[in-house]
Amino acid sequence: MEGLEGTLAGVRETFESGRTRSIAWRKSQLKAMIEFVQDNEEKIFKSLDQDLGKHPVEAYRDEIGVVAKSAKHALSCVQKWMTPKKGNLPLLFFPASAQVMPEPFGVVLIMGSWNFPISLTLDPLIGAISAGNAVILKPSELSPTCASFLAETIPKYLDPNAIKVIEGGIDVCHQLLQQKWDKIFFTGSQRVGRIVMTAAAQHLTPVTLELGGKCPAILDSISNPNNMKVIAKRIVGAKWGSCSGQACIAIDYVLVEEKFASCLIDSLRKTMKRFYGESPRESKSICKIGNETNFKRLLNLLKDPLVQASIVHGGSVDEETMFIEPTILLNPPLDSQIMTEEIFGPLLPIITLDNIQESIEFINSKPKPLAIYAFTKDETFKKQILSKTSSGSVTFNDTLVQFICDSLPFGGVGQSGFGRYHGKYSFDSFSHEKAILQRGFFPELEPRYPPWNNFKLQFIKLAYAFNYIGLILLLLGLKN
Amino acid sequence: MATVEEQKTVFDMDAANMLNKELRDVFASGKTRSYEWRISQLKSIIKMCDDHEEDIADALRQDLSKPELESIVYELTMLKNSCTLALKELKHWMMPEKAKTSLTTFPSSAEIVSEPLGVVLIISAWNYPFLLSLDPLVGAIAAGNAMVLKPSELAPASSSLMAKLLPEYLDSSSVKVVEGAVSETSALLEQKWDKIFYTGNGRVGRIVMGAAAKHLTPVVLELGGKSPVVVDSDIDMQVATRRIIVGKWGCNNGQACISPDYIITTKDCAEKLVGSLKKELETFYGKNPLESKDLSRIVNSSHFARLTKLLDDDKVSGKIVYGGERDEANLRIAPTILLGVPQNSLIMKEEIFGPLLPIFIVSKIEDSFDMINSGTKPLAAYLFTNNKKLKEQFVMSVSAGGVVINDIALHLAVHSVPFGGVGESGTGSYHGKFSFDAFTHKKAVLYRSFVGDAAVRYPPYTRRKLTLMKALITGNVLTILRALLGLS
Repeated sequence: MEGLEGTLAGVRETFESGRTRSIAWRKSQLKAMIEFVQDNEEKIFKSLDQDLGKHPVEAYRDEIGVVAKSAKHALSCVQKWMTPKKGNLPLLFFPASAQVMPEPFGVVLIMGSWNFPISLTLDPLIGAISAGNAVILKPSELSPTCASFLAETIPKYLDPNAIKVIEGGIDVCHQLLQQKWDKIFFTGSQRVGRIVMTAAAQHLTPVTLELGGKCPAILDSISNPNNMKVIAKRIVGAKWGSCSGQACIAIDYVLVEEKFASCLIDSLRKTMKRFYGESPRESKSICKIGNETNFKRLLNLLKDPLVQASIVHGGSVDEETMFIEPTILLNPPLDSQIMTEEIFGPLLPIITLDNIQESIEFINSKPKPLAIYAFTKDETFKKQILSKTSSGSVTFNDTLVQFICDSLPFGGVGQSGFGRYHGKYSFDSFSHEKAILQRGFFPELEPRYPPWNNFKLQFIKLAYAFNYIGLILLLLGLKN
Repeated sequence: MATVEEQKTVFDMDAANMLNKELRDVFASGKTRSYEWRISQLKSIIKMCDDHEEDIADALRQDLSKPELESIVYELTMLKNSCTLALKELKHWMMPEKAKTSLTTFPSSAEIVSEPLGVVLIISAWNYPFLLSLDPLVGAIAAGNAMVLKPSELAPASSSLMAKLLPEYLDSSSVKVVEGAVSETSALLEQKWDKIFYTGNGRVGRIVMGAAAKHLTPVVLELGGKSPVVVDSDIDMQVATRRIIVGKWGCNNGQACISPDYIITTKDCAEKLVGSLKKELETFYGKNPLESKDLSRIVNSSHFARLTKLLDDDKVSGKIVYGGERDEANLRIAPTILLGVPQNSLIMKEEIFGPLLPIFIVSKIEDSFDMINSGTKPLAAYLFTNNKKLKEQFVMSVSAGGVVINDIALHLAVHSVPFGGVGESGTGSYHGKFSFDAFTHKKAVLYRSFVGDAAVRYPPYTRRKLTLMKALITGNVLTILRALLGLS
């Protein structure tokens, strides 16, 4: 596709002109980004409603607010982030100085996903801009309204020669991945993640893969009924409250001791009723299923008769509006698909254990998740969870909020991806850390040079060990 | 090497799979995570280096005719330094890092916990077979991983010495050595690792990353590239040339990833530079450098053939101003300087990785930037100058893994800066704390309690919640108050 290569060449030319490196450019783009979300709030609400049935509050919390917050944070910090860091040097190198200087990678590709089509596209973009890169943005074609909104509106705010939005489906992705990028930032599924990384390998392009996984919530015995209320809200919020479970950090399943299961289900039911009313189908506060593929996949998860039999709440489906009722399942078979793949939808299996300590082993028997949530007051148990499981993040006694902490790196490990972003980590994710060592011509140490002899060997050995006294003794001929 | 006769079973896919499983079990046992385990392994590496200094120097002599001083300084001492630093700093590195939390998540506390990635694979190179195997290994150990080391088969004496020594000194259940070539490496690459650390060339780098993609395994690729040296006028030419010579020929006879690949200078400087290089080369390596004990040989006949082909290129063969002698039987090529070779010659199309050094002339020294930037990003870029402005421009406009002003290769020995490439010269970095980080997952941990639960987070959603939400996310106290009081 000639058009694509032409576009790319244009963007590369812009990068090579050096324009995107200046602090002024970066700041102007970040400011424009803030303006963009402010000016277009209503349009974004509308697009998100159309693609996903997302309520404005949810849309603000998970998308617009995230972008505005990140852009503001970046704007206030970018100068500091750009400043080279000093490195310590051994005395032996005196006079010299060492620095680590962040420099932009060059032309980067950001591939967004459909569940948070605004924030998961623009949040990485903030990192790429802060770091001074030129960018091609590829929003997901599965949220078409948002994709065309971005393609149409972004060029009006951001430097159109340095930042381009390219719309399209699999074909376009394929063509994009053939090109040589200086970095690829991908948010999406493991299957596509593999394809992206395989393509990147051809050009030795570094990648960040923001994937998902089955994020568990561990519920320890909580006797205080007020605590239980809060927990239920947080669980419901993290399952159905964020794009109806179609979120990479949504709770996938809950682990609880058998004796607490009924109490948990009860609390969840009550909370759901309060949140979504008698008929969640009519609630405006819950997203719909994003697309047909995902809808069919979710129906398929429910088809298994043993899974059907485990439904304790909800389970109704409306094919016409692609609505799936918030559904709770109690102990579906562990080898059923619903427990072997990421659910990514409004179904919540509750798995009971004899003892909550077993949750660690249970989690470790599966690929590493993006997030682990644990509700517990037991400090020893907290420590065990931290040291014995592995995940992108661990959040105690709450859900999802780790996503909005700028000071915490956000990213996966193992099957949930690698590389990280948010706050300074976004900047780092799009920067190469260049090591710089500067020296003068004097003094010059003779033993650095051949022809080699034993004296020079001794000298260098001592020098490496920074044994200055030994060095002096050697030079004075007092040491052999 | 009395054990060479030992029967070796074939290392195939099944064997690789079993090895991987075995290491997963060991890692799962938690043994490698303890501070004590890491410290004991690091200490053992130092002990191994001390006990076997001569054996190691011998192996390097066999593989590369590496001068003893180079072996001891650039391989062993550097390695021991890495261990010493890790031993000193490990407790500090392992400590969770406190992270600030904002008003949005109040009340809460956050930290970043360093955890080992798991079971890692280190594939190493032949030019610094000990350092490039064991220095990443130090990082992997410090970070608490279980690991497999695959040394390069092109340095066979070093490879088999490591295969023999490592199990004697290190915990052989957690640190494994697999010797072998393409088929063994392929079998290893089929397995799922939690990190692959590869040192070598871009061609194999692509294969490694492609294989890693199947398992979504992160990689560090330490590759090479054509590292340029820009020489400005008005400098102490003698010091500059001496530093260039030890950086080029004094580091494994140019067979190093950060070796100067070519020089760019101005016309008025070139003559002086060539004169000085000739003079100092003779001081260092004598009149007949093919006989010098202070120069490594070419690693094998295929590399020898590759290098002589570069020299025999029609466009190049007439441009030799110094050296050019070769001794095929002993795989030796003398330090060779070429002046005025055309840029489209073979020697400029690939990384030289040997004792040949072409010099290019530009009319203005600033033109060197364009010449460097027209190629792929190198692992290192060097500049000799006293001009402050030129230094600044060079640092700003040349993209490379590392930049050194007025010296060569010295950044390798500085633990406070990351060592690694960019673009074609690789991805990821190591040395010092960066080695620890290369093998560590930074886990974000957020602690919350049950208080401080804002109703605004939860449905049913209303316009008022939207207003409050906006205030909360910005974390602005005044706006939050106003929103709570219903004033905005």
